[in-house]
Amino acid sequence: MLNQQNKSHNKLVGKLLLVVVGMFGFGFALAPMYEAFCNAFGINGRFVDIQKGSYDATVATDKMQLDKDRTVTVQFTASRNQNLQWEFRPMETSITVHPGEVREVKYYAKNMTGKTVVAQAVPSIVPGQASKYFNKMECFCFTQQTFAPGEAKEMPLRFVVDSGLPKKISTLTLAYTFFDTERRKVKDSAKIETNMRLAIKAR
Amino acid sequence: MSDHKPTGITRWLFTTNHKDIGTLYLWFAFIMFLVGGAMAMVIRAELMEPGMQVVDPLFFNSMTTMHGLIMVFGAVMPAMVGFANWMVPMMIGAPDMALPRMNNWSFWILPFAGTMLVSTLFMEGGGPAFGWTFYAPLSTTFAPASTDFFIFAVHMLGFSSIMGAINIIATILNMRAPGMTLMKMPLFVWTWLITAFLLIAVMPVLAGAVTMMLTDRNFGTSFFDAAGGGDPVLFQHVFWFFGHPEVYIMILPAFGIVSQIIPTFARKQLFGYASMVYATAAIAFLSFIVWAHHMFTVGMPVAGELYFTYATVMIAVPTAVKVFNWTATMWKGSMTFETPMLWAVAFVFLFTIGGFTGLMMGVAPADFQYHDSYFIVAHFHYVLVTGAVFAIIAGIYYWIPKWTGNMYDERLGKIHFWWSTISVNVLFFPQHFLGLAGMPRRIPDYAVQFAEFNFMSSIGGFAFGAAQLLFLYIVIKCIRGGDKATDTVWENPEGLEWTIPSPAPYHTFETAPKVK
Repeated sequence: MLNQQNKSHNKLVGKLLLVVVGMFGFGFALAPMYEAFCNAFGINGRFVDIQKGSYDATVATDKMQLDKDRTVTVQFTASRNQNLQWEFRPMETSITVHPGEVREVKYYAKNMTGKTVVAQAVPSIVPGQASKYFNKMECFCFTQQTFAPGEAKEMPLRFVVDSGLPKKISTLTLAYTFFDTERRKVKDSAKIETNMRLAIKAR
Repeated sequence: MSDHKPTGITRWLFTTNHKDIGTLYLWFAFIMFLVGGAMAMVIRAELMEPGMQVVDPLFFNSMTTMHGLIMVFGAVMPAMVGFANWMVPMMIGAPDMALPRMNNWSFWILPFAGTMLVSTLFMEGGGPAFGWTFYAPLSTTFAPASTDFFIFAVHMLGFSSIMGAINIIATILNMRAPGMTLMKMPLFVWTWLITAFLLIAVMPVLAGAVTMMLTDRNFGTSFFDAAGGGDPVLFQHVFWFFGHPEVYIMILPAFGIVSQIIPTFARKQLFGYASMVYATAAIAFLSFIVWAHHMFTVGMPVAGELYFTYATVMIAVPTAVKVFNWTATMWKGSMTFETPMLWAVAFVFLFTIGGFTGLMMGVAPADFQYHDSYFIVAHFHYVLVTGAVFAIIAGIYYWIPKWTGNMYDERLGKIHFWWSTISVNVLFFPQHFLGLAGMPRRIPDYAVQFAEFNFMSSIGGFAFGAAQLLFLYIVIKCIRGGDKATDTVWENPEGLEWTIPSPAPYHTFETAPKVK
């Protein structure tokens, strides 16, 4: 009787452990699911491949109905990943465009780390709903960029705002973050925290 | 082999006895409750007046963070597991838990995990200071080095909970006495069966979340780092996929305890037993599909806000079924108000207040005002302190005569009740007003217009904290002696645990009882 009970315990515990392992995997599966969900519904500033923008250039030509009656302000910002010693900024911070009009702007980047860095820019558009109407035809964010020590580059971005952009949106902000593809965590977080503490004390 | 029990420290270290392990869990929970409570006192001391007086802001943030983590993972959850260990075998007529050695292990992990968690406060750079929800990137990019110890502590706590849950499920499904069908089980056993399933479903997701944090921090992954193609909002989704079921993990066993106590003192059967079971299951199911109501303000599409609003408000239906059933159980009952009943009735009343504020915040457009304000602080303290903690205290008063063989001091018990119930409302009720007036949570300093309500709240906090020291005294006094309890303890209570002698012998139901 006792033996039999042990056997049924083992069977049940085995099943329950399967659930545990499965749910651990599910936790990780939430990451690609989240990505897929955002891509499918065009939310969170993600539409199709984040690196490529929404359409490639040939498709974009069909969408280029020039709408002279409407203007949209496009703002540009840039930020560095916190470990990266960079100069990185847009050459123009704000321009006004008509939907359907192809425009080109440049970003400036300079490697100040003293070593060769392969960097990748990651775009993000605010408001998120506008991201699927912002078509990048050419972008430095499509590829990784190699910078020699001290090298500076002007990097082009050619884009067109789709005339289907909802009427309520009149301003778009395009933000780029630059990060080192081979970044290693060099930061000593304890040190950062201690400095914060000291700063607070000093105040 | 009448009632032989091992002696000395090894009794507790090597024990596989469900009653010993239940006792260990409950004492661990009580100690952590006092530790977490001491942190709450620091918080209330700092907030008593505007301006910075007692601690520096970073330490204040560590206090709010550790208070939350310790109360959730160190106090409420282990206390509920302690009740399960003590009562589930006795309620279903089983001699012990299904897997006694694993049971020993799942408890003894806890003190180590708890110590590691608390030790982070003494590390260079300070303890975790990012809130108990440890949102990325605060907990990844900007967190102190001690965060890795916090992560490991959460892993260990998760292991302990999962093993405990598996043990409880195996006990309930395989070891019921002949005739104890599922629909004859006491409601406490039912709520714990469902809670245990929630635990094995979501604790691994939490383990996944902290593992992702660990690799983001130390091994160059970018799950939550936007610069590397990840997304901090993903963290919130993963966390709350765990976090929402987690709040029901803390409250469902409390529902079970209250459902045992109210019928005893109303001298009526529990009204709507079957609907209670189905309501519990419905709440558990809904808990998996409402998580994003904790993050209405992250910038969700309108469709998402609508869905999560409707799904959330739906939880009110099964919860209301429970509240109506407790009320109907009391209706026209011959009620008496011994200490356990006082706590149980206060639970029904005050938990419902917390439930209503939950409904307010479940509605997306309204939530934008309440989000991250003291309103949410008031809400979750009503459901967790006057909800879960009140039920735990009620349960201890209800069963401690069975555990120790002695009656607790009824007069002191009543003083403890009134003192706690009045002070807890002085403590948390003004926080509703603070939140509606715009005071944000997790801040050490605030604008002067919030001064009066904060002062009141702090006074209530100190009084409530002191009341729990009285509780400690009452418990110790009861263990050391007192009027002898009868075997049934109360007047005709229902359940197998009242058919055995008081105090409960070390081994019970070695031959299974027959259940009609």
